[in-house]
Amino acid sequence: MATLLQGVGIASAFSASTSLDSKKFQLRSLSGRKAVINVVRSDASLNLNAGARKAGRLITNAVAAKGDSSTASTSSKPGHELLLFEALREGLEEEMERDPTVCVMGEDVGHYGGSYKVTKDLAKKFGDLRVLDTPIAENSFTGMGIGAAMTGLRTVVEGMNMGFLLLAFNQISNNCGMLHYTSGGQFKIPIVIRGPGGVGRQLGAEHSQRLESYFQSIPGIQMVACSTPYNAKGLMKAAIRSENPVILFEHVLLYNLKERIPDEEYVLSLEEAEMVRPGEHVTILTYSRMRYHVMQAAKTLVNKGYDPEVIDIRSLKPFDLHTIGNSIKKTHRVLIVEECMRTGGIGASLTAAINENFHDYLDAPVVCLSSQDVPTPYAGPLEEWTVVQPAQIVTAVEKLCQ
Amino acid sequence: MAVSRLASSSSSSGSSLVKPISAALSFTSSLRRSLSSSADDSTTLTIETSLPFTSHNCDPPSRAVETSPKELMSFFREMALMRRMEIAADSLYKAKLIRGFCHLYDGQEAVAVGMEAAITKKDCIITAYRDHCTFLGRGGTLLEVFAELMGRQAGCSKGKGGSMHFYKKENGFYGGHGIVGAQIPLGCGLAFAQKYSKDETVTFASYGDGAANQGQLFEALNMAALWDLPAILVCENNHYGMGTAEWRAAKSPAYYKRGDYVPGLKVDGMDVLAVKQACKFAKEYALKNGPLILEMDTYRYHGHSMSDPGSTYRTRDEISGVRQERDPVERVRKLLTSHDIASEKELKDIEKEIRKAVDEAIAQAKESPMPEPSELFTNVYVKGYGVESFGADRKEVRARLP
Repeated sequence: MATLLQGVGIASAFSASTSLDSKKFQLRSLSGRKAVINVVRSDASLNLNAGARKAGRLITNAVAAKGDSSTASTSSKPGHELLLFEALREGLEEEMERDPTVCVMGEDVGHYGGSYKVTKDLAKKFGDLRVLDTPIAENSFTGMGIGAAMTGLRTVVEGMNMGFLLLAFNQISNNCGMLHYTSGGQFKIPIVIRGPGGVGRQLGAEHSQRLESYFQSIPGIQMVACSTPYNAKGLMKAAIRSENPVILFEHVLLYNLKERIPDEEYVLSLEEAEMVRPGEHVTILTYSRMRYHVMQAAKTLVNKGYDPEVIDIRSLKPFDLHTIGNSIKKTHRVLIVEECMRTGGIGASLTAAINENFHDYLDAPVVCLSSQDVPTPYAGPLEEWTVVQPAQIVTAVEKLCQ
Repeated sequence: MAVSRLASSSSSSGSSLVKPISAALSFTSSLRRSLSSSADDSTTLTIETSLPFTSHNCDPPSRAVETSPKELMSFFREMALMRRMEIAADSLYKAKLIRGFCHLYDGQEAVAVGMEAAITKKDCIITAYRDHCTFLGRGGTLLEVFAELMGRQAGCSKGKGGSMHFYKKENGFYGGHGIVGAQIPLGCGLAFAQKYSKDETVTFASYGDGAANQGQLFEALNMAALWDLPAILVCENNHYGMGTAEWRAAKSPAYYKRGDYVPGLKVDGMDVLAVKQACKFAKEYALKNGPLILEMDTYRYHGHSMSDPGSTYRTRDEISGVRQERDPVERVRKLLTSHDIASEKELKDIEKEIRKAVDEAIAQAKESPMPEPSELFTNVYVKGYGVESFGADRKEVRARLP
């Protein structure tokens, strides 16, 4: 079976990316992009230079620490504070203003403003055709979005809950992922499929699906998961500008995170992981909501004397094995914390990829903490037990570091 | 099911006297031409279709179709070419040069040719897997067809698509889809993009009587009607969904009525002039009023695909009966000879030319090389980012995804 190994073409970008010294941010201009926007490498280095010039380096970063508290941005330049769903909306709005071929379709995105308010007021601004309210027909409106993308429109299809997109699996797998290949390169499908998934607060089994595990084998698509307002906006913009079909996974419980993000325009890279907390003892790989459980556990671990390195992998397909590999070469221990189920989840693939590529650097087997292989129950305590909790993360790290 | 009959039975040899072919055939302008090989394209002939149109919720177009000798000659040439191509594909399949699935269109040529005559290359056509002739009609070459069927580099999808994935983006042919019914939402997406860009063009989304029972058809139809998309859904009703006759699969085999609030038209799909008239009417209608369903009453001589003999669920008498009485190529041949546009000999010469062209194309296609191994990895993504892909053997087949 084929695995993906990433060799990102940037030379020497990672040599000392984990230290807390002043670091220059590497500017990477991707071919084909207009030179106005800066693509920001997201290192967790502290910001030091004052101000940010548009044409120069954008030196801002925001590290969301944990939970729902607002983060004190380390940027000296004042940005603006907003919630994650507003960040998504800002990204979407900026892209729709910039490019008239960007359009949104989904259930209740128009007049209602989006069930999570991501598209609030966009229909008033851009009209009903560009922010299209569809009937409840996921298979067909995803197919429609793909058909429109075949002609060059950049559609953003919203699934009200990622779980509903199971109905559109045929369209996503066969048409979205494979048309570029089976047509010999004739058709591009610059579509973005986005929506909230993951385990919420007692939503029940059918509304707590983690679809990244089902979609990860489809060739031809990219998958990214956002976790903070900063990376939500950046990933949304990057996904819309990408020529490949991108599936953007949001999380139901993260929509109300508050953070300060820069005022300038910025686009993140779809294929990179984010260094949340550099460390020395163990590499913890995570994404989406579990990032916050990990950071909570990290506080406890730091108090106990451990120094975990936390990486938010962000790019679920393909994995940013460059960042991950450099981290493993430093710490030699890996813990994966994910919300997918144990069988066939993102963690399972990541474990396989790490074992294949970095086996020699490991001092201990890769430990993967995932949700239980059960349908998510409704009862509160039961639901808590299906998902990985910070206490379990602490225990796992302690065992790993013995 | 009713098989329409021409009033006169079997072939009549052409003579210089004008002979009425069926009781419904009438001429309104002078048609007697001298027997010359070049037909004058400034004359218009008005020929009545053999059957009237039946309509649902709309006014049917007139039975009198305007055409010209030049157009009739081109119909004959194209249909004979398609017929010859499909029969050649049959032999190639039996010689194991074509593998996998091969769905042949012979018998249904009038639908492809008639549709082309009514539209431009800016309009879009999307169809299912029985797409060889539609591709040819959209400007594909014989070489591209045979090379793709045999999996060679010169094929329209570089050999990576196969029989069911023919595409020609610049001529508005969007394929070529293997999953039954999945192309209908794609077709509505194409129509959505046309409406979005205000192109004044339409999309013809074809499907079969088997696909007419798919839910996504009705979902897409609802959306197309809701937003007045210029989509024309064409049901190519050849009365058999693989091995299941239409009366065994559909409670209501009146597919043109199934749109309910969407008007429909039933057309004799073996009569190229009727198809042309219906498509012209449909294009005008769709640009003003939104979607329309066309049901083409047609027939396929081969089985569902090359692995299906085609005789286990229907009698050979039925097949030969249709071939004798409704064959589209024969019908045009009779029109041409009875109107003295061409003699039998000229038509036979044309067929000989066609045969030669097909043989040459096959020979040329056989010379075309198989795709390079590196082609395995091209066109997975539009813009690569250096991901490597390798299979079980890390030395042999390994490449960066471009």
